[in-house]
Amino acid sequence: MLNLLFLVFLSPLLGFLILSLGRGRISQNLAGVIGVGSIGISALVTLGCGIQLLTHPSADGAYTQLLWQWMQVGSFNPRFALRLDGLSLTMCGVITGVGFLIHLFASWYMRGDEGFTRFFSYMNLFVASMLFLVLGDNLLFLYFGWEGVGLCSYLLIGFWYQDPANGSAARKAFIVTRVGDTFMAIGLFLLFRELGTLDIQQAMATAPGHFEVGSKTVTAIAFLLLGGAVGKSAQLPLQTWLPDAMAGPTPVSALIHAATMVTAGVYLIARTRVLFELAPLALHWVGIVGAATLLLAGFTALVQTDIKRILAYSTMSQIGYMFLALGAGAWQAAIFHLMTHAFFKALLFLSAGAVILACHHEQDIFKMGGLRKKLPLPFWSFIVGGSALCAVPYLTAGFYSKDEILWQAFAGGHIDLFLAGLFGAFLTSIYTFRLIFTVFFGKEHSAAHSGHGISYTLPLAVLLLLSTFVGGMIHPPLSLVLPAGPGEGGGEMEHKIALLSGTVAILGIALAGLLFLGDRRFVKWLNNSALGEPLGRFFGAAFGFDWLYDKLFVRPFLWFVRVNASDYLDRGIMAAAGSLQSLNGELTKTQTGRIRWYAASVAAGAVLVIAVAALT
Amino acid sequence: MILIWLFMVPFIGGLLCWQIERFGLTLPRWVALGTMFIVLMLSLLLWHTGDYSQTLLGGHGHWVEEFSVPWIPRLGISFSFGLDGLSLLMVVLTGLLGLMAVACSWKEIARNVGFFHLNLMWNLGGVIGVFLATDLFLYFFFWEMMLVPMFFLIALWGHNIPGGTSRVFAATKFFLFTQASGLIMLVSILSLVFVHYRATGTLTFAYGDLLHTPMSAATEYWLMLGFFVAFAVKLPVVPFHSWLPDAHSQAPTAGSVDLAGVLLKTAAYSLLRFAVPLFPHASASFAPVAMWLGVLGIIYGALLAFSQNDVKRMVAYTSISHMGFVLVGIYSGTEQALQGVVIQMLAHGLSAGALFILCGEIQERLHTRDLREMGGLWSRFSYLPPIALFFAVASLGLPGLGNFVGEFLILLGSYKAAPVVTVFAASGLILAAVYSLMLVQRAFLGKAKSDEKLRDLNAREVVTLVTLMALLVGLGLYPQPVLDISRAPMAAVQEIYQTVGHSGTVAADTATIITTAGAP
Repeated sequence: MLNLLFLVFLSPLLGFLILSLGRGRISQNLAGVIGVGSIGISALVTLGCGIQLLTHPSADGAYTQLLWQWMQVGSFNPRFALRLDGLSLTMCGVITGVGFLIHLFASWYMRGDEGFTRFFSYMNLFVASMLFLVLGDNLLFLYFGWEGVGLCSYLLIGFWYQDPANGSAARKAFIVTRVGDTFMAIGLFLLFRELGTLDIQQAMATAPGHFEVGSKTVTAIAFLLLGGAVGKSAQLPLQTWLPDAMAGPTPVSALIHAATMVTAGVYLIARTRVLFELAPLALHWVGIVGAATLLLAGFTALVQTDIKRILAYSTMSQIGYMFLALGAGAWQAAIFHLMTHAFFKALLFLSAGAVILACHHEQDIFKMGGLRKKLPLPFWSFIVGGSALCAVPYLTAGFYSKDEILWQAFAGGHIDLFLAGLFGAFLTSIYTFRLIFTVFFGKEHSAAHSGHGISYTLPLAVLLLLSTFVGGMIHPPLSLVLPAGPGEGGGEMEHKIALLSGTVAILGIALAGLLFLGDRRFVKWLNNSALGEPLGRFFGAAFGFDWLYDKLFVRPFLWFVRVNASDYLDRGIMAAAGSLQSLNGELTKTQTGRIRWYAASVAAGAVLVIAVAALT
Repeated sequence: MILIWLFMVPFIGGLLCWQIERFGLTLPRWVALGTMFIVLMLSLLLWHTGDYSQTLLGGHGHWVEEFSVPWIPRLGISFSFGLDGLSLLMVVLTGLLGLMAVACSWKEIARNVGFFHLNLMWNLGGVIGVFLATDLFLYFFFWEMMLVPMFFLIALWGHNIPGGTSRVFAATKFFLFTQASGLIMLVSILSLVFVHYRATGTLTFAYGDLLHTPMSAATEYWLMLGFFVAFAVKLPVVPFHSWLPDAHSQAPTAGSVDLAGVLLKTAAYSLLRFAVPLFPHASASFAPVAMWLGVLGIIYGALLAFSQNDVKRMVAYTSISHMGFVLVGIYSGTEQALQGVVIQMLAHGLSAGALFILCGEIQERLHTRDLREMGGLWSRFSYLPPIALFFAVASLGLPGLGNFVGEFLILLGSYKAAPVVTVFAASGLILAAVYSLMLVQRAFLGKAKSDEKLRDLNAREVVTLVTLMALLVGLGLYPQPVLDISRAPMAAVQEIYQTVGHSGTVAADTATIITTAGAP
């Protein structure tokens, strides 16, 4: 079974090729079958490979499949090789499993759209690239997938291309992440210069012998890789693209901008763990970036009105938790949270999609209301998914992973990270239930039509189940790949922390109920108060990062290209040509045809020559 | 012997095209197509039969295929050609893009079809001559040879853009830039020959003999500069670049394909073949300057590309940016970077060629190249926009396509030699995304100006573009066959750098070198 591993990515890749070549010639039904089926095959192969890997483990618990040698230039010889171990298996499971459900849902969501086939071809290409990213045995192969998912993200954010705003959101996403990618590329150059290889296993094996702990070079490498990770995972300071990326169709937001691609940064850091452990400063900063991002995103989500943007900021903040976990050395907890987050955030996005379609493409939560009767399935999905996001104790998947992170941070002595995480959990509860109470309770604002059909209910039902404690029971097989955190087997203290974080979550929900159920008098007063109004605007603008980057980068760039549109260097050269021409014009004037002038100039010239000859 | 045919076929084919026009207007096209097909087949035959793995340095040892007869023996000038892996790859590229150039002018050129193809064939023949000549006099002859037909291609079959400059202006600018710089090179060639004569007593223009000519550091530096300027204009290196956008925007499609795909590569080829091996010490000490010029080109070209409204001008500026990578790679002198240069040249030839073909096709249908008049074309075609998207992302360096392999290898290799330069050069990756995506946005996305469908690509156009796409994918996923061919010549260049001590660290500060070189 394991030797069929290549089918995992080949199936979606073929799906992409068939769909893009057959554009306009195949029906929507067939396109749906190909688009969803290819991911289904991929998921089944992953399942089969996973079972075999776990039941018949090899010595290092991994399986490597060489496809072919990419290139060989001197000592640089990257290969196309797939490596399946506990970490990549977990990622593959999330990508193909959750990906399959999202594809299935999308076949309902996108029905009737004129770009239906194009949509599924891009989605399949995305899944294939994402699988490259996690299965690649080589950092260059990983980078291949890394850029590939970026392209698909661009294509899908701008899927409805007629609106220029979507195009600009798509470009922003691609370019901002490309900034991170470039840092990462430089990190790879530096790594290759030092270790002479980009093969992940080889590099991780030789790095401890090559670098001293905390040495400048390894710290630089780790920071450059972190640059790539914050770009892809929308963390500070490259986080600004994610909210705009919500311009894409909602299944895209669920798959790419919640469940899979944006977690690639977490995967990258976990994959290159050895380097980060050699660079404690960089690892510490991973945690700080995560903590800062989760707080920033939490505050911002409090005041957003667009249902998808709220979820986008919550994604940003949950990935912040994963970064925090990495920074605290809780490697397994980070990946565990990545998995449960994929479940409940996909659920939330899909049900948000259902709500949006039911309300005729309305996304403003304050124009919705009282939808719980009309849309029971999305309502319960939101209740369960939202509870998991807030980590409601014991019942939800999110609790098991988030609590693990907080406990590990505490046990590892990272009190600052722990407190930030705890406060973030409070914020999460408030903004999540603000959304739920506003959309599903209170007065009905609009007519809504519920969806139906198996491709609508099945994905929601399965994800709903996985977002409960059932999902929390799934333990990713990471023990051979990543070390356990500092607080393994915590006992008494761990229970206390769990109790504390659970209390905070429930307090947050209760506060949200007080504030946003009923006629919200206090909130209205706060919004209009002297302090609340500007603060609300500041949060609403996500702490003004867009404004700052616009002033710092976009405007100077546009100013320069506008001023220099006609190429001043060319003007300079053409001016030289022009001056020659005018010199020619002047000299032509001396050709008057008058003998007197000619005779006079001959005489003058003769005198001059004689004078020069005589005087020297 | 086959080397002679490689450039004689285009010359003969060109004459045939010219004369056969009187029997029918499509005949010259078929003759030209056949001619380039023969060239391509001959070069592939050479690829197939030759053994390109030998790394022998200097002298005559490292030509896989050679041909030489005396021409003007009194002056030591001979009619000699040599072929190694590098020249082979360039000739294959020329043959291939020659085919594409003929194919893409099938409908576009309606006036003086025969004479047009004569010029096209002669230009390509000249280019092949440049890639093969191993006598500096002969080399200069071909260098000039490719210039004149190109002038006519632009001046006679070019476009006059309303409000812009005229095609004659563009052709003249192109001619003057390259002619003036060619003259400087001629002076340098002659000086080199005389220096060699004074040192050894033999008068020769043979490349193999002129290698290792003993000369003072200052002389070497000045002569190297003379060569460099000529190649810098052709590559083009900022600030000598401004003929390129003008020439491209006025040239017919075939001319643009030829210019971007092949002509620019003669400069990179010549740097690798002549400037560096003939003047190793001077090149090594000049390397930092050249690499920074490359970085300047990368950034300046990318910034200018962003602001263009004429889509062909835009692609022209992206070429400047991509050639900046080539310059950085050549002067970093590491094996990875040099091999990356080869891939980058091929990949840029294919992708820029394809982009110009696409520009031509859009112009044929919309009768404009102004991006402000486009927008929303995605819904008005079914095949053209996705194909254009493919080449746009190729140009921004998406992994899996040839351009990525080239740029990544260049940056990976030059990082070892010059980290700071590389970091600045890497910013080109971001800027390439900015301009490429802007191109896609302005041409294809957004609201359509009209709902009227446009005539989609026909079979000839699809075959042309799909071939280029397939080659770019091949180059991106399995570049090894190409890398194997170019390994030996690039290893030789690398060894040249190594022997003069330009390995790893960037040589001492250039200011002292220039002052010592300036002293007689």
